[in-house]
Amino acid sequence: MSIDGQSVNGPEEPAVSRAASSAQAVHRAVVVGGNRIPFARTGGAYTKSSNQDMLTAALDGLIARFGLQDERIGEVAAGAVLKHSRDFNLTREAVLGSALSAETPAYDLQQACATGLETVLGLANKIKLGQIESAIAGGVDSASDAPIAVSEGLREVLLDLSRAKTLPQRLQILARLRPKDLAPDAPNTGEPRTGLSMGEHQALTTAQWKITREAQDELAYNSHRNLAAAYDTGFFDDLLTPYRGLTRDSNLRADTSLDKLASLKPVFGRNLGAEATMTAGNSTPLTDGASTVLLASEEWADQHDLPKLATILDGEAAAVDFVHGKDGLLMAPAFAVPRLLARNGLTLDDIDYFEIHEAFAGTVLSTLAAWEDEEFGRTRLGLDGAFGKVDRSRLNVNGSSLAAGHPFAATGGRIVASLAKMLHEKGAADGRPALGLISICAAGGQGVVALLEAH
Amino acid sequence: MTDTYTRLVSKGVGRDVAKKLGLPQPALLRRYQPGQPLVNGPLLVVGSSEGADAIAAALLAWDLDVRRHAVPQEKLGGIVLVLDDLEKPGDLEEPVLRAAPSLRDLAPNGRVVTVSRVPDGGTPAAAAARQGVDGLLRSLAKELRAGATGNGILLAAGVSATAPGALGALRFFLSARSAFVDGQFVRVGSSDGKLPDDVDTPLSGKVAVVTGAARGIGAAIARTLHRDGATVVAVDIPAAGDHLAEVANEVRGTALQLDISRDDAGARIIDHAVGRHGRLDIVVHNAGITRDKLLVNMDHSRWSSVIDVNIAAQLRINDALLASEHFRSSPRIVSVASTSGIAGNRGQTNYAASKGGVMGMVRATAPLLARHGGSINAVAPGFIETEMTARIPFATREIARRLNSLQQGGRPQDVAEAIAFLASDAAGGISGEVLRVCGQNMVGA
Repeated sequence: MSIDGQSVNGPEEPAVSRAASSAQAVHRAVVVGGNRIPFARTGGAYTKSSNQDMLTAALDGLIARFGLQDERIGEVAAGAVLKHSRDFNLTREAVLGSALSAETPAYDLQQACATGLETVLGLANKIKLGQIESAIAGGVDSASDAPIAVSEGLREVLLDLSRAKTLPQRLQILARLRPKDLAPDAPNTGEPRTGLSMGEHQALTTAQWKITREAQDELAYNSHRNLAAAYDTGFFDDLLTPYRGLTRDSNLRADTSLDKLASLKPVFGRNLGAEATMTAGNSTPLTDGASTVLLASEEWADQHDLPKLATILDGEAAAVDFVHGKDGLLMAPAFAVPRLLARNGLTLDDIDYFEIHEAFAGTVLSTLAAWEDEEFGRTRLGLDGAFGKVDRSRLNVNGSSLAAGHPFAATGGRIVASLAKMLHEKGAADGRPALGLISICAAGGQGVVALLEAH
Repeated sequence: MTDTYTRLVSKGVGRDVAKKLGLPQPALLRRYQPGQPLVNGPLLVVGSSEGADAIAAALLAWDLDVRRHAVPQEKLGGIVLVLDDLEKPGDLEEPVLRAAPSLRDLAPNGRVVTVSRVPDGGTPAAAAARQGVDGLLRSLAKELRAGATGNGILLAAGVSATAPGALGALRFFLSARSAFVDGQFVRVGSSDGKLPDDVDTPLSGKVAVVTGAARGIGAAIARTLHRDGATVVAVDIPAAGDHLAEVANEVRGTALQLDISRDDAGARIIDHAVGRHGRLDIVVHNAGITRDKLLVNMDHSRWSSVIDVNIAAQLRINDALLASEHFRSSPRIVSVASTSGIAGNRGQTNYAASKGGVMGMVRATAPLLARHGGSINAVAPGFIETEMTARIPFATREIARRLNSLQQGGRPQDVAEAIAFLASDAAGGISGEVLRVCGQNMVGA
């Protein structure tokens, strides 16, 4: 095992029953189903919708689908990445505005783009431990209705003013204000420690792993094509509730082509020396939206005559040192997945469906390249060689974020609900429990991954 | 939903002006509220047959004030004219003229209900007398004022005047549930059915599926079935899912986003109802579309989409229901037809064909459901105040809504009440029928 890398320690014996071997599992945590609103490109259909509006709408659609009116759910957890300070109790407020029992407790969680998946894992663990019987996980984000803060200079002046007691004191404090202090401080997706945007970070990684423009465009093309097909076959009929006139994700371009994608100008990595390959077509745009997932113990699902689509088997988080350039900003899942699969006695070949969040096409392809790289496998994962190869026909088969869009905290819930449905259908068709893997990269060099099995 | 004109002429100066000018004076109709008295005053039961005595006794058992002879000057909640013993046209005169003076004493929103036998099967003289009731009742309904309505119950051979279907229909016609049903007959074909234990929740314990439930009449049906005690599965196309979720949450039911024209729609409806709620008792085919165009300009897509959604889909779903072991305990199907399918409507050849189709389907499906104690009926709405009819140009709309005996448009709730009645256990003896909810529209019989 490598000292330098993030070594992978698997169990000595492969587990007989994966569900039973999950740490301390007393109960199973199953996915009953999900609901999201269509995702909208920022500045579009949801421009006037707040995070609370969208999360409440997603909750109410879930409640309607599963008849949860007046139900006291064990706990609801959700979060938003871009959040107003007034929304300190966002999830609880959404619950109070929904048709759920007002006696349903809720908490907010925030782990950048992994927020949604982490709410699923945290609540699933509570169910496994028997602390709760039912839960709703979720996430929401609006880049349209983003909070705008006052500048640090103005903020200090305002706070000092509130503490001043006399008029001369107040005038003295006001005199400190400079015109530049009046400029608002809008949120950005830049990394605080490097000053680089996420796109520029990924451009470095994309270049490092020598991912071609063609490969990125092809991944984006497949994402749109797969998502459009999923809509056409009615796959989302019981996963989505329309909102504010949208019935499909507004970023979806069913008619896009490789030629169209190839015609777009690069937007990231234009000063890296190497050829810039990342365009608006193979990068995910800012998006507004919300998603929810209903989780339960098997007993609770049975008592309520609700379906059990898939079991949440296990989850893993990882982080990388991108600040010093040791790994790319969005490469944490490259470490988390090997650890997760090793702990469960599995390899990439055992997975029926891969859901790798498409922050950028380059992110997915860099991760796959790292796993296929012998050097990376040996030196960074502490393996004998390459970690393995993902069968591309099992990757994001119903589309992913490049087509659907990516309202940061809502992506986890979108993927968990869709994957659970896919696994359930495949499991029923094949007569054996299908396995699914979710991988989500996040700002701050983090990543959260999860393993689901068809029920 | 009451239109401005009706509000304006129902009191004060507006009423006086309308009266002087001879303008229509539509009444504010009494609508059903749980717990309200069945009728607005005592009931006069006219008739000398055994059936008349039995009906009077049944009404007394409902704790109603019942008169066998009119008390002069006393305001009446309704008149029940029992004519189930007519042998010849001459037999009509005595009971009808005995009831006549009491029409003056009918309270606002009063009720006249005839009970007679279906014309077919008797002697020519009996058939003439029985068919005479049809013309009599329809004319009388047009003479009634102040929100009063007249409707009739037709008993098939061998069905007593107090069969569950007859008493169920009598309660419906007397109550405010039938506010916009006027000049109509319901035929009780058998003694099947069962009166409810609690008249305020006749659908208690039932699981009901309502298609097209996201808005308008469908949403009103979902609310009404829920009010009457049913657990509701609200179905609509995925694109209407947001409104559907609101309705489902309001009625404490579940939302099923489903295009009913899919081949597997029937199976998915049954799976959802049985899987989530353990059973399926009632299916209301309400979903429908219009694609109006004069026939001379009609194209394939306008024609075929209307036929497919409005009738072909119902036939496919019914096939699945009839084949299902889960739809065998006194099941009920109620379809929404339209007066367009009866009287025709310019620009609606496709729609009227589909709605005529619904009525044909109902008639032919009735015997197939009978073996499981089931029934299937249609409700044909006339002019109902909905988002759809609000888009009709003002003048056309104003004429359309006044052209009936009640001189106003109905409400979605009025259609829903008729459907709730036909979906109830009490209506078991009524099958293959079309009940119009049109305020006795002047066109189309």
